[in-house]
Amino acid sequence: MKNSQTFDPPEEMEPKLKDVPAARGHWRNIWANFRRRRLAFISLILVAFIYLLGIFAPVIQTHDYQETNLRRTQQGPSTENWFGTDRAGRDLYTRVVWGIQTTVIITVTSFATGSLLLGVTIGLVAGYFRGWVDAVIMRVGEVVSAFPDILLIILLAATLRPRIVEFARSVEDSTGMSGLVSSGIVDYVVIGIALLPLSWFGMMRLVRGQVLVLREAEYVEAARAMGTSTPRILFRHILPNVVSPIIVSVSFGIGAIALSEVVLSFFGLGVQPPRPSLGVMIGEVTARGGASVSVLRDHPEQLLAPIIVVWLLIFCWNIVGDALNDVLNPRAR
Amino acid sequence: MLAYILRRLLWTPVLLSLAAFFVFIMGMCAPGDPAELRLGNRATPERIERERERLGLDDPIPVRYVRYVNGVLKGDFGDSYHYQGKPVLEIIAPRLWVSMQLNIAALIVAVLVGLPLGFYAAKRQGTGRDPAIVISMLILYAMPVFFTAPFLILFFAVKLHWVPAAGWGGFFSLQIILPALTIGIPGAAIFVRFMRASTLDVIGQEYVRTAHAKGMSNFVVNYRHVARNALLPVLTIMGFTLAGMFGGSLIVELIYGIPGAGRLSLDAIFQRDFPVLTAFVLLGAAMLVFANLIIDIAYTIVDPRIRLQ
Repeated sequence: MKNSQTFDPPEEMEPKLKDVPAARGHWRNIWANFRRRRLAFISLILVAFIYLLGIFAPVIQTHDYQETNLRRTQQGPSTENWFGTDRAGRDLYTRVVWGIQTTVIITVTSFATGSLLLGVTIGLVAGYFRGWVDAVIMRVGEVVSAFPDILLIILLAATLRPRIVEFARSVEDSTGMSGLVSSGIVDYVVIGIALLPLSWFGMMRLVRGQVLVLREAEYVEAARAMGTSTPRILFRHILPNVVSPIIVSVSFGIGAIALSEVVLSFFGLGVQPPRPSLGVMIGEVTARGGASVSVLRDHPEQLLAPIIVVWLLIFCWNIVGDALNDVLNPRAR
Repeated sequence: MLAYILRRLLWTPVLLSLAAFFVFIMGMCAPGDPAELRLGNRATPERIERERERLGLDDPIPVRYVRYVNGVLKGDFGDSYHYQGKPVLEIIAPRLWVSMQLNIAALIVAVLVGLPLGFYAAKRQGTGRDPAIVISMLILYAMPVFFTAPFLILFFAVKLHWVPAAGWGGFFSLQIILPALTIGIPGAAIFVRFMRASTLDVIGQEYVRTAHAKGMSNFVVNYRHVARNALLPVLTIMGFTLAGMFGGSLIVELIYGIPGAGRLSLDAIFQRDFPVLTAFVLLGAAMLVFANLIIDIAYTIVDPRIRLQ
């Protein structure tokens, strides 16, 4: 899809083209092209900024995220509490920052494992070997995608959580380790597993489609004729040529994964209190405890910070994805 | 084409039985012993043992699976743990009906807003309005329902008092307006995007130029040649969009206090009422599969050029 950033005045481009030395790396070209799209570039910076906020949450927090102060509940923004306080007097700024950290950890880990590791590898294998391997993988994928995403995620999280918590407790007991459950690592595992069906299939199908074409390419045939091993063909010859669509797909997918995490936590199936999450914060104001409309009516400002962060994340990743799509797959426009 | 439809029709039951198998396994993974959960805390071991036998919980897994599928085909999804042995279907059906009405209303909003706007944006390509529409739709699409719902409540219900803030009064009540808008707006954004792209494709076609050259009025060309052809590819994403909206409606129901499937599934999670939850997920999958099947078949009929394999 085109957006307004594609129309650059020609007089601006002319001198640039002259300045550019003839040989410049593929990726540097792409970066230069990307940077020329102002909106996308700003979006990327915003995303990076939000992620940095999350990563440095322990450093930039102004309070403790669990610390309640019953003398200062439901306060508006002030110099003491930048975004105000919630009904237990907890500092909203601190909680938002920690909530971002939760989102960052989950999006990154579930993407690295589900989408990149599983999705890409299975896609490479299915596309390259075809035959029954491919058929089985595709059918499994079809079954998984027969479910509405959110329902499947909710079902997985709801049924697996007790099992995984139980397992973690038994590990704690037998090894003498402590804090496995209370530190929230278990929550991440549960959410990561629940989000797997969402992340792997799309990526798998994308990679498989590309590989189906590439495996017939002459350079792959040449590599095969020279006796190159199959893993080497897959990862050295085919994978680099699939990288562009993978990047585009990741940039579109991360927003969706982040939203799913927020939804899960909103339903109370994701990160468990006291650990803050954007979804929990939104749920506390809008839908919990039956008093939804009254809290919403009296203190709507409490919603503002977590919602804007979620919104910005999804919006910016979409813009970045669009721009990357234009830059990386110029023919697909 | 007939072969394709036939193959799809044959594959559908297989797909659904695999989906049922998955849901069945998840139900078994669910914590707690169904016999214990049904009888409550004070049941004696002997009673639990008898109940286990009655439910056939000690049978081999394939036997239990076949029994489960058999029951599902007859509309028997088992009994709820929470509502004292009430059949699951009896609990789910009225809630699902509420959710369906809500989603149909939302789909109407999405179609009425999305398709004309996408068409308009494509016709205005090259002017400032096209990117303006595209960007603002992307903003709306990225806006989570947590955002739109409270905003709409605060503005239209709390401030302006035009509509009630929450509750459910059926399809033809004022209360459906806000939730339908909340769910429909992101759907509309998707439709705008696809409608715009497919209209742009059609505008460039030679038969459109021919139609103009013949001196047909703009109106006739736009509606008979462009819009009708541009609508076809948009049809295919209808099922996908509906599924997305359905997911969003779970949250929306919670925020607006609508007694639909979203509320029910959330309650089922916390009451550990797994028969209700699994039945709901399976029904959701079945609806999605059938919706896509119908749309695909409709597509091949509406556009005879399509030769799907």
